[in-house]
Amino acid sequence: MINLKAGAPTVPLAEQWSSYKAGCKLVNPNNKRKLDIIVVGTGLAGASAAATLGQLGYNVKAFCYQDTPRRAHSIAAQGGINAAKNYQNDGDNVFRLFYDTVKGGDYRARESNVYRLASISPEIIDLCVAQGVPFAREYGGLLANRSFGGTQVSRTFYARGQTGQQLLIGAYSALSRQIAEGAVKLYNRRDILDVVLVDGKARGVIARNLVTGEIERHAAHAVVLATGGYGNVFYLSTNAMGSNVTPAWSAYKKGALFANPCFTQIHPTCIPVHGEFQSKLTLMSESLRNDGRIWVPLDKEDVEKLRQKKIQPEDIPESKRDYYLERRYPAFGNLVPRDVASRAAKERCDAGYGVSSTGLAVYLDFSDAINRLGREAIAARYGNLFQMYEQIVADNPYKTPMMIYPAVHYTMGGLWVDYELMTTVPGLYAIGECNFSDHGANRLGASALMQGLADGYFVLPYTISGYLSGEIHTPPISTSLPEFEAAVKSVSERLAGLKNSSGKESVDHFHRKLGKIMWEYCGMSRNEAGLQKALSLIEELKAEFAADVRIPGGLKEYNPELEKAWRVQDFIELGELMVRDALQRKESCGGHFREEYQTPDGEALRNDDEFAFVGAWEYKGVGSAPALTKEELQFEAVIPSQRSYK
Amino acid sequence: MIFTLKIWRQKDAADKGGLVTYNVDDISPDSSFFEMLDQLNQHLIAQGVDPVSFDHDCREGICGTCSLYINGRPHGPLKGTTTCQLHMRSFRNGETIFVEPWRCGAFPVIKDLIVDRSAFDRIIQAGGYVSVNSGGIPDANTIPVPKSDSDASFDAAACIGCGACVASCPNASAMLFVSAKVSHLALLPQGRIEAARRVQNMVATMDSLGFGNCSNAYACEAECPKEISVTNIARMNREFLAAKLFAEKEKQISVSL
Ligand SMILES: Cc1cc2nc3c(=O)[nH]c(=O)nc-3n(C[C@H](O)[C@H](O)[C@H](O)COP(=O)(O)OP(=O)(O)OC[C@H]3O[C@@H](n4cnc5c(N)ncnc54)[C@H](O)[C@@H]3O)c2cc1C
Ligand code: SF4
Ligand code: FES
Repeated sequence: MINLKAGAPTVPLAEQWSSYKAGCKLVNPNNKRKLDIIVVGTGLAGASAAATLGQLGYNVKAFCYQDTPRRAHSIAAQGGINAAKNYQNDGDNVFRLFYDTVKGGDYRARESNVYRLASISPEIIDLCVAQGVPFAREYGGLLANRSFGGTQVSRTFYARGQTGQQLLIGAYSALSRQIAEGAVKLYNRRDILDVVLVDGKARGVIARNLVTGEIERHAAHAVVLATGGYGNVFYLSTNAMGSNVTPAWSAYKKGALFANPCFTQIHPTCIPVHGEFQSKLTLMSESLRNDGRIWVPLDKEDVEKLRQKKIQPEDIPESKRDYYLERRYPAFGNLVPRDVASRAAKERCDAGYGVSSTGLAVYLDFSDAINRLGREAIAARYGNLFQMYEQIVADNPYKTPMMIYPAVHYTMGGLWVDYELMTTVPGLYAIGECNFSDHGANRLGASALMQGLADGYFVLPYTISGYLSGEIHTPPISTSLPEFEAAVKSVSERLAGLKNSSGKESVDHFHRKLGKIMWEYCGMSRNEAGLQKALSLIEELKAEFAADVRIPGGLKEYNPELEKAWRVQDFIELGELMVRDALQRKESCGGHFREEYQTPDGEALRNDDEFAFVGAWEYKGVGSAPALTKEELQFEAVIPSQRSYK
Repeated sequence: MIFTLKIWRQKDAADKGGLVTYNVDDISPDSSFFEMLDQLNQHLIAQGVDPVSFDHDCREGICGTCSLYINGRPHGPLKGTTTCQLHMRSFRNGETIFVEPWRCGAFPVIKDLIVDRSAFDRIIQAGGYVSVNSGGIPDANTIPVPKSDSDASFDAAACIGCGACVASCPNASAMLFVSAKVSHLALLPQGRIEAARRVQNMVATMDSLGFGNCSNAYACEAECPKEISVTNIARMNREFLAAKLFAEKEKQISVSL
């Protein structure tokens, strides 16, 4: 069994990162020029890493599947980015951000990584502002903040409802500058299908050129994966249509451990599902919970009338509304963390109080805020979100409450990494959402953007130099090594196998089926019997896919069905691992709610004695069960207690 | 709802391509335009026909991947809306809908409805950034920025790089896109330092990539899904002139020295 060691310096938490930096081996500028690094992904994590590594003098190759780096799904982040700046003088500091993140993650994150993240956060804002990110400002010209779920301070920086877009444009422009200088070479419209290991070290990737279908080999001294989350395993999610697990999954199959795969975040405020052909779900930023109040009717008769459209929500008097979050959690009210808010919505809808015709929706009501602050003020804060809502639902949220329901949004699980963000494969790094590192069992709002940029701009550029300082005598890696030959052969065979399948169902058919299994049995709440059932259903689905998928078009051309087929095959396997992980974790924590383990009033019941560990899975080959390795979590600074938002 | 679709099919860049007619039925008015195309593609796959390729990713109007002329208009009939945010309730039942790729020399067709917009990346690489490194940056609140400037900068920065402005322009000019980037940075103190160099390099690159001239037709503003204003073009022209004058002055000074 692999011995998992995070490897943070053994000094007090607050000194770890400075101590690490002080002792970290560097590579001199002459040698940097001789070292090649592959960065897969150009979202916040990948673009910031590639730009910084290029700026430092390494030879960087950056890959993305979109037509340009600027379209990575980080672009869709709405609400904001956290930083412990304490500009509001409301009692914030590095420790509090660290504490909130560990607590919000339900004590399943590694303290050393989270502390570093919190301590780096202020620098991120400085850099982004210098790049020209137009964050919201006060009339005095200084930066504005808002509050977010799971915290009692205002530390979130934002750019209207388009924070991710503006941060990504910042990172993309830094990347573009390095491309212009020749430090980074960009490979767009490439699908990374395999990671290549030579003598146990990550030395390259196999890419499919999505336009020509050509299979390409790319070699380097180190490989960085920044490929985002795997929420699309549920078919419907707030992720982009192309978001996938493939590069991370190929790393897993080459020996990188996959940690906490069952930790999925279901976001409480999304636009409800409208029908069978729906292709994706749209998030309504959590920031809306600052001013919106969530409720369902108190009486079932009103629910019935609403569903039949006999009355409007405005017709229901205050006394007959159940503001259930304010009722159950008076201290945090509508700003409880996401997992708590999502489960509470599910609880009300399961009990028969859901308001749309499907019964799967609750209200998010702005009338109080509009009365208090005026329509203008609300429009300034959320204008584009209201507009987006109206476009999709054809309802005006200034007049009638929004209808919302939880949806899959973020995956806390991912490739296991140590303090240096290296996976269990030497020379293979994972940053951003595709690693497991900082959010434990539940991520707090506005912390993913912070993590992606911390990893890419400030952490990886240091930690990778420690590894590369040992590689300065390694000449450029040749792509004709037998390991590359073998990888090309296996990729080509798998593609040909997919292409030659002679079934009759489309790839989407299987993806939708997988999504239903995952949502039903491994979604917002899980139990032993359901998870066992999911295992056998997934087994059947695998066989059905192999026998019955149909992929039109050829191998050597633009072929989106072929792209999807590979991704869905990986998702099916990942789904199985998620279910195994959910079965193994006999406790409830954060986004992982096992019905068997709850308090009498329905709150998640953690089991710190037996489950205060990171569950990391090792691939054992086709037909063998994966093996679980545990990284025990030590808590020095934050003593685990039952999270209370009451 | 039912629709007749006339869709541009083109196997690859070399193929001549042409319109093909398809009929779809059982479409929900709440379906998005792409969900309607998804449904068509499911039928085509069932018949063993190559599905229609189109560019899309976020499907929420922010990534700028989607494109399409719908009935001759970039991103379809609605103002301030990308194709992915268009819903079938915006069309008449039984309507015939023409679906074509962006058409302009600088954006060659890759397949069916997909075009190559990498020319935009090259324009950004020519100067669409502030030259700062990650590290050693002063505190973000050191330089206050008037809220109005910051808001105006944001308005320009909202461009999603979709290319509809080029597609709508009779001259295939990229002025709206380029001016949005120039304005975004020129309006902030952080971007001012390189403003002159930036505008000159970006404009020169734009010209070299085969985009046309601006003849003030303003179709771009009308079709831009993010409603980027043509006042940005005026600002860019001012910036460009000022940069040129400044450069000439510098030359004179160095000559007279
Ligand atoms: C709708 C939405 C709103 C959000 N709002 C917020 C928010 O307000 N605040 C916050 O902190 N977080 C938010 N998040 C979460 C946050 O946006 C993401 O976790 C984060 O941006 C992920 O960044 P990343 O760089 O890790 O990955 P991404 O931005 O997803 O980038 C992945 C990159 O990998 C590439 N890639 C993937 N697969 C392949 C492949 N097979 N081959 C080649 N390249 C590949 C892609 O091309 C892309 O460049 C939100 C998420 C969503 C979906
Ligand atoms: S200016 Fe408007 S139309 Fe042009 S690329 Fe930007 S968002 Fe698209
Ligand atoms: S698909 Fe992203 S903007 Fe349309």
